[in-house]
Amino acid sequence: MGKQGLFAFAVIFWAMQSSPALSEGDPMAGQAAFRLCAACHMIGDGAINRAGPHLDDLMGRPVGGLSDYRYSDTLTEAGNEGELWTEDRLNSFLEDPQGYYRGTRMVFRGISDPNTRADLVAYIVAEADNYDRAATATSTGDMPPEIAAILAIQGDYAYGEYLSSECTACHATQSGGDIPSIVGLAPSTFVHSLISYKIGQREHQVMTMIANRLGDEEIAALAAYFTTVE
Amino acid sequence: MPLDRRQFLGSTAAFSATLSTPMLARAQTAPNVVVIGGGAGGATAARYIANGSQGGINVTLVEPTRSYFTCFFSNLYLGGFREIDSLGHSYGTLAADYGINVVHDWAVDVDRQAKTITLAGGASLSYDRLVLSPGIDFIEDSVPGWSLATQNAMPHAYKAGSQTELLKAQLANMREGGVFAMVAPPNPYRCPPGPYERVSMVAHMLKETNPTAKILIVDPKESFSKQGLFEDGWERHYTGMIERIGPDFGATNVSVDPAAMTVSIDGNVEQVDVCNVIPAQRAGRIAHLAGVTDGNWAPVSAYNLASRIDENVHVLGDAAAQGDMPKSGFSANSQAKVCANSIVADLAGGRAFPARFANTCWSLIDTNDGIKVGATYEATDEKIAKIDGFVSQVDEDAATREATYRESLGWYDAITEDMFGTA
Repeated sequence: MGKQGLFAFAVIFWAMQSSPALSEGDPMAGQAAFRLCAACHMIGDGAINRAGPHLDDLMGRPVGGLSDYRYSDTLTEAGNEGELWTEDRLNSFLEDPQGYYRGTRMVFRGISDPNTRADLVAYIVAEADNYDRAATATSTGDMPPEIAAILAIQGDYAYGEYLSSECTACHATQSGGDIPSIVGLAPSTFVHSLISYKIGQREHQVMTMIANRLGDEEIAALAAYFTTVE
Repeated sequence: MPLDRRQFLGSTAAFSATLSTPMLARAQTAPNVVVIGGGAGGATAARYIANGSQGGINVTLVEPTRSYFTCFFSNLYLGGFREIDSLGHSYGTLAADYGINVVHDWAVDVDRQAKTITLAGGASLSYDRLVLSPGIDFIEDSVPGWSLATQNAMPHAYKAGSQTELLKAQLANMREGGVFAMVAPPNPYRCPPGPYERVSMVAHMLKETNPTAKILIVDPKESFSKQGLFEDGWERHYTGMIERIGPDFGATNVSVDPAAMTVSIDGNVEQVDVCNVIPAQRAGRIAHLAGVTDGNWAPVSAYNLASRIDENVHVLGDAAAQGDMPKSGFSANSQAKVCANSIVADLAGGRAFPARFANTCWSLIDTNDGIKVGATYEATDEKIAKIDGFVSQVDEDAATREATYRESLGWYDAITEDMFGTA
């Protein structure tokens, strides 16, 4: 086994063993505890979004990962940066939601009892049919390499300001609802949006044309500008 | 050592004194840019030059109207989709927030040797750089029988405002089953889809208020912008209402008699009830007076919109002969940003970036039936050259068309904010 293999093995081992309290959680007790969540969240087959996103098959899913739910910028950004829902992450989030993801829209002060959290996590895991614990724990996330490459570039603010004038012909400072405002987005969200047009994940005649013309330097420059202006 | 209040105030005063002295000195010696025309090209250029130079350039904007009505979306007013007031914009924010010297007057002469401009009111302005964005004027006698003296009998409504309101009033008062005629312009002209969006909006209005009315388009062009999309829409929404006479049937030989309300097409005289004459066009008069035109339009460099006749004069928008971009408000706004970047770099030491251009033109055919065409462009030695483009498709579903229309509403809010600095 090479050094890298040893490391991967260690990560898997660590992930499986890291939290004894979590592995001892009782899904039945978790189901009872879920009534704390059920005012806003559905879980199980056929669950749909309500005030909060549905939690069926949550485990292993990117944070902020449902395309039909409108998350806070914080969760969207975390997902863009490749964060997935693992048992450890869920446990930490449930302990102090606002502390873990500052800006989350989830209005819930958290659960201080580690046993209740372990039960809840065990229940949510049990409702995740295709959860691959080991793969999720070792995943570096599914951030497309195109996005990671651009986020690694130090964007040229002045160039971004110049390029931004191409955007402001259609994107007003305040969103009127017909064309969204793009001011103050998190860098990963901004880059992710443009890349999704470039790679055909999203389609729009104008945006596809505009994005296709932007190279990595241009997108990084635009992100540097738009993420800082008010 | 903590400062007490007295020391703090003293140090603030000293600090602001060191800042303000050079600012004053700079304002007196700062270069002057005069922008003539406060539309999509001129207002945008003035704002971007003032903002980009951060006070390093004195910007004067010369625009006769105090309340500017956008030509884009004026067809939607004809169709009943917009109020006229929603198309009006003032220059107050450009003066108050951007420090632009807004002068409501007509520029009547340019002395390119002395670098001065004469205003109709008698005042004179000097410039280091001049930006001309005067839009269009009409070519006299391009439609025999029509002149500015008779424009109230047969409105052009191709500069938005009172003419647009007049045309709408005439349409509203047209006799039942009457004929609305449009004399369409030859290429090149402002807003290529404009006449055909107008026909759509008039048809929408008449379908509701005067459904037996007819629309006659007399068009000297073989084909027109988004033709397949418009004709498909007219067939779906206004079946049998619209007839177009092209050059094959004499539409290149048209004259009008505004007193008799007749249109003569290759000798055949048609009696009409309301007539919209959109004459052939050329660059706004001040561009000709400045001596920067070659024929009807002002040739410019694609790199910074500088006149090919005088590099200290830039010409934007409809008035410019620049290459592949259509004469649209969107194009003028795009060109203004490239021009402003170049001027700020030259006069105030800003960084110069490569020219890049884009355009999209939205048109409304009927309620929630919007279409669009757009392209990106780059600068070459020869011209502004098209890179890539798109156009709406005939078989799009209703949701796509509605989204396209809603998008145009968002664009209107954004581009007017981009021009006037305020929503």
